[in-house]
Amino acid sequence: MLEAESIHILREVAAEFSRPVMLYSIGKDSSVMLRLALKAFYPAKPPFPLLHVDTSYKFGEMIEFRDRTCAELGLKLIVTRNERALEEGADPFRLGTQRCCAALKTRALLDALAEGGFDAAFGGARREEEKSRAKERVYSFRDALGQWDPKNQRPELWNLYNARIDKGESMRVFPLSNWTEVDVWSYIQLESIPVVPLYFAREREVLERNGQLIPMEHHPPLLSGERPVKVMCRMRSLGCTYCTGAVRSTAASVLEIVEELKLARRSERENRVIDHDQEGSMELKKREGYF
Amino acid sequence: MAVQPQVTGLLRFTTAGSVDDGKSTLIGRLLHDSKGLYEDQLESVRRASRDGLELAYVTDGLRAEREQGITIDVAYRYFSTPKRRFIIADTPGHEQYTRNMATGASTASLAVILIDARKGVLPQTRRHAAISHLLGIRRLVLAVNKMDLVGFRQDVFETIRAAFLDFSQRLGPCELDFIPLSALDGDNVVERSARIPWYSGPSLLEYLESVPAENAPEHQPLRLPVQFVIRDGTGFRAYAGQVASGEVRPGDEVLVLPARKLACVQSLPSREGDLERAFAPMPAAVSLADQVDVGRGDMLVDPLQPPVAARRIRARVVWMSERPLTLQTVYLLKHTTQTVCTEAVRMVSRLDIETLDERACEQLGLNEIGTVEFETHRPIFCDPYAVNRTTGCCILIDPATNLTLGAAMIESAEEGGDARRALPSAGRRGMTVWLTGLSSAGKSTLGQALYDRLWAMGHKVEFLDGDTVRQNLCKGLGFSKEDRDENIRRIGFVAELLTRNGVVVLVSAISPYRSIREEVRRRIGDFVEVYVNAPLAVCEQRDVKGLYKKARSGQLPGFTGVDDPYEPPENPEVECRTDLETPQESAERVLRYLEARLA
Repeated sequence: MLEAESIHILREVAAEFSRPVMLYSIGKDSSVMLRLALKAFYPAKPPFPLLHVDTSYKFGEMIEFRDRTCAELGLKLIVTRNERALEEGADPFRLGTQRCCAALKTRALLDALAEGGFDAAFGGARREEEKSRAKERVYSFRDALGQWDPKNQRPELWNLYNARIDKGESMRVFPLSNWTEVDVWSYIQLESIPVVPLYFAREREVLERNGQLIPMEHHPPLLSGERPVKVMCRMRSLGCTYCTGAVRSTAASVLEIVEELKLARRSERENRVIDHDQEGSMELKKREGYF
Repeated sequence: MAVQPQVTGLLRFTTAGSVDDGKSTLIGRLLHDSKGLYEDQLESVRRASRDGLELAYVTDGLRAEREQGITIDVAYRYFSTPKRRFIIADTPGHEQYTRNMATGASTASLAVILIDARKGVLPQTRRHAAISHLLGIRRLVLAVNKMDLVGFRQDVFETIRAAFLDFSQRLGPCELDFIPLSALDGDNVVERSARIPWYSGPSLLEYLESVPAENAPEHQPLRLPVQFVIRDGTGFRAYAGQVASGEVRPGDEVLVLPARKLACVQSLPSREGDLERAFAPMPAAVSLADQVDVGRGDMLVDPLQPPVAARRIRARVVWMSERPLTLQTVYLLKHTTQTVCTEAVRMVSRLDIETLDERACEQLGLNEIGTVEFETHRPIFCDPYAVNRTTGCCILIDPATNLTLGAAMIESAEEGGDARRALPSAGRRGMTVWLTGLSSAGKSTLGQALYDRLWAMGHKVEFLDGDTVRQNLCKGLGFSKEDRDENIRRIGFVAELLTRNGVVVLVSAISPYRSIREEVRRRIGDFVEVYVNAPLAVCEQRDVKGLYKKARSGQLPGFTGVDDPYEPPENPEVECRTDLETPQESAERVLRYLEARLA
């Protein structure tokens, strides 16, 4: 059911937009979305490139995985960075996570979409993930500035998506809207989809701060009295190292993750520093153009 | 299918209730008591609550609605029990209820309708039931909430049940169930309540876990709307689409619409190997043994039980726009994978949603429901909504603002309709459609295809083909930059005159230089640039007129693409990759754009 719905959406977009692109964030949702795209257009390759917004604060393992995946599958990958902001020294430690995200992620994304002339961008977001996403459409209309107006979205009935836009406007499309985290992992298991090893538990060097486990890659500045510790943990969702808290876990395989999730009592984005900046912060970011 | 739903699959249901019926609390309770809420989500609800743990906040998402204290749209919720997975389309009960309920109900197979035990069956209750039924939901659960506030009295419950049963006879056939509960305290939500001993039925969750999941269209004839043509570059083609009903197997004979040609299914390729069969709602790719021209918007169907190729349809319409639905207005109608121009030709009636009476009307306003007859410019391949939800539904779109204006459920359809009548005869707009591209890129072929289609649709059409024009209007002009610009300028002049007089002018000319094309665009205004694009190598291989050969051997100096530049359009309104798609598909692409502009 979910697979059928997603493939239907991928094909609709490929047929109705002139320049679609798939946001590829390297995480588990992107991995599932990519597999669905490979299925949807088989035996041809997906008729759109992948786009990765590289903040330069991603995990090394993610970049390696990304390059290997695209090379193996022979897919076109566009990597974009907000070079100017990086030259000016944007980093999450000094700018704060909100402003860092606005510059390195949202700005870079909007620039890349404009530069590529992309009129539709697939994202792997799921409605279940976060409260403000529960109301997100499968086709989310963005004005010429890439902004989202939660009060002015088109009603979406049956599987009939209104793909009509004017020049300069664009659509964000979420083929995995109705998937849950457990669905994603069950599918990864069933389809043997490769994922970044960061999802699997092992002992990692982290910084424990306000109950969050912050990975030490990219060397977050230590506050007085803080010291990195080794903890058996895994990433439940992947972003930049500083904003992706790890969770304590011993789940070292896909099967163990599925089992763990069925018992889980904490939601998957709780380890995302960025969502908790402010109550309702995800919604504010989305209005500005964040995915 | 890959995600194996547990035991009895996935149930999509919708919830509806009036303000203060306690709907958000009920959903919060379902999620909470079925352990569908995570601890950190609960903490955030606790933070937002003014008074203890207000479960209603579980379903409140957006800031604006939190500030206003109401939900403003359809929200989707997910939870699962060991028996089943659930998707809830949570729709609010305030003024936009019709639009939101219709949206939520369109993908649901069951509706939970809340009734406040203290208030009984209200006008809104009837509306919610009627809209659910209208959208094809044939199973309604009446959750009589706040039983704690009426002392869990059986007579209160029975009175409400009797009142609703009385009303429901007018709805038409559907399954009805009534459950007394208290969302606030959790009685009969997940666990059966000891406080309602006179009720022996299941709790709401038990009920949701045990009802049949889908009113699935079993044993229905094949309907496969083509979404996309898959080409792997070796000449192989497969027609991709989701099976809307029925099934298809290799060796089956299918009817291709609108071509009305029979073709044999060769294989059903998939990444996991060829499939033995594909059935609804699976995504499929179908390769045919016979050469038939198939594109997006076409449909593969059971030859013995084909759908109606309808130009005239009668449909139930839910209107969702402030601008009313009126006669003699052109709308875009999206049905399965095709979008056509349509016009309402007769207002049959408006439904009084509270009494279910049909009344005469001249238009349909926001949140009104009515029966309307439409004529479409091109046939759509449809079934009645009551028979097939996928091939029986459509949405109406405003060609000017691109907004979704309404939803329509087809009641009946017939082939009739007059192509010319469906077009507004007065004030028909002219425009220039400028096909630019290399020699042999396929401009004339596309132009001819467009000419035929536009003519059949009743437009005044003229075709200015570059080769023809050079033999009369532009006779004597050569191929220098100046002469080429003069050639384009003259064509532009004629096109402008015709456009002004309501003609759709098709121009096919290499027109290699950007600046002169822009000049013509500025003069004409109603100008659509179509980039007929094929790589030079492909054009040279085609070499329809043998000109590339001459140019390469030096007999044609200054030949575009060989020793004179072609400046591709920077922002063409439409681009057709003629090396990747058939002329029919290219024409379709241009027509889709034109239909909106012409409307």
